[in-house]
Amino acid sequence: MTGPAMRRLGEKAFSPARVWAMLLRYLYILKSSWPRTLELLYWPTLQMLIWGFMSQFLRSNSSYVAQAFGVLLGAVMLWDLLFRSQLGLTISFLEEMWSRNLGQLFVTPLRPYEWLLSLLAMSVIRVTIGVVPAALLAIPLYHYSIFDLGLPLLAFLVVLMAMGWALGLAICGGIMRHGMGAESLAWTVIFALAPLSCIYYPVTTLPYWLRPLAWALPSTYVFEGMRAVLFGGIFRTDYFLTAIALDLVLLACGATIFFIAFRDARRRGALLQMGE
Amino acid sequence: MPEPVILVDHLVKRYGKTVAVDGIGFTVERGSTAALLGGNGAGKTTTLSILLGLLLPTTGTVHVFGEDVLRHRYRVLPRINFSSPYVDLPHRLTVRQNLSIYARLYGVQRRAETIGRLARDLQIEPLLDRPAGKLSSGQKTRVALAKALLNDPELLLLDEPTASLDPDTGDWVRGYLEEYRARTGATILLASHNMAEVERLCSEVMMMKEGRIVDRGSPDELIDRYGRTNLEEVFLQIARGVRALEGAL
Repeated sequence: MTGPAMRRLGEKAFSPARVWAMLLRYLYILKSSWPRTLELLYWPTLQMLIWGFMSQFLRSNSSYVAQAFGVLLGAVMLWDLLFRSQLGLTISFLEEMWSRNLGQLFVTPLRPYEWLLSLLAMSVIRVTIGVVPAALLAIPLYHYSIFDLGLPLLAFLVVLMAMGWALGLAICGGIMRHGMGAESLAWTVIFALAPLSCIYYPVTTLPYWLRPLAWALPSTYVFEGMRAVLFGGIFRTDYFLTAIALDLVLLACGATIFFIAFRDARRRGALLQMGE
Repeated sequence: MPEPVILVDHLVKRYGKTVAVDGIGFTVERGSTAALLGGNGAGKTTTLSILLGLLLPTTGTVHVFGEDVLRHRYRVLPRINFSSPYVDLPHRLTVRQNLSIYARLYGVQRRAETIGRLARDLQIEPLLDRPAGKLSSGQKTRVALAKALLNDPELLLLDEPTASLDPDTGDWVRGYLEEYRARTGATILLASHNMAEVERLCSEVMMMKEGRIVDRGSPDELIDRYGRTNLEEVFLQIARGVRALEGAL
């Protein structure tokens, strides 16, 4: 019969062991398919190669790039970091959908927020596998190291990861609500924000009426902040703090959407039915 | 009188205008094996899902081990487990990896030992390092049963435990469940439309139709009440809309 220790652990509102169990599950999945692991590396590396050569060409043909060679390469890598952090979370979530496993998971003592923590941890791992090798490869290829940004890089990373998670949570909520028909949201939503994030150009390039929308995105502060570091050598603390505040709002919205969708799935009986 | 393990009262589940469960109530006593029996769409799986806390009812109450499942499901979940052919284990993980993860989720202390014992009991030792997606139906059922027994559940909820199994494997699974209940004193509630299975395993049967419990009793009582020779004939009679003798309920 169920042991008292097992019962006590099951009743505990939070258990790192359960978070680790879920993380382990995603690591097993990652390990079980080398093409998927390779795919994590593939796109960031390809992007870095294309924009690296483009930067080399523009250095001698554009005063903008000549002033700061890394302005395009750094932007590519940071954008990829945002995209991968969102995708890292949603892909792990989709693994549960694809394997029709939610019904099994949520009859265990696993709490939804423990599951969420494991998804976030997996997002960090996927980002590391995908973006770090591309960043390292840029050093010998183009003599450009994004790590030269120093501490501001850490600030940019925090802002972009948090934004990616907020979007990922909202997307997972959307998929829970609308089923696998909404699966493509995982790959498409973020690109709608790319023009407004001003990845490769300053916000002043946008028409006046679009600028407030751009400034409502934490990512815009990162890319503007990166250009401030590269061109002016200054770290805009005001940008950083505003981006963090916006992130907190987005995270609260994303988590609310996720948990409402989860409860709604319980009401509709979708936890047992959801899957391919 | 000891408290029943399961106490369901006036349970209703509606999906818009469709009534999936229509005001049912029942109890299941400790150490017994009971069945929800009915055709497709009778409300069996819906009832099991509510008992597990996977589905929120529209109205009604569900108590398991004396706890209100809707309010305190995490006091109940460590003590119960579930198996269904309609819910998969992740295909690309090996059987051992799958079992290990579920053992961790339940907080099983000696995981390797527990998995080894269950693998021996359920004859899945040769399958432990194979991906779950490459197993036959019978193998999957035995692995799902191993997962369902990882936490030595006091209450086992089984949705069609022998669906899509060949007669030999089905018989073996039924034998194993009988042995498990006898050995541990666990309570089993299964949803099925396999009459032979229910007749063999269950001391209490609740016949469901269109979300309602239309009759209940032991298999022998039901057979006598309807003047039939087996449970399948009783099921067909109920499914075709003929009521039991007066005063059956």
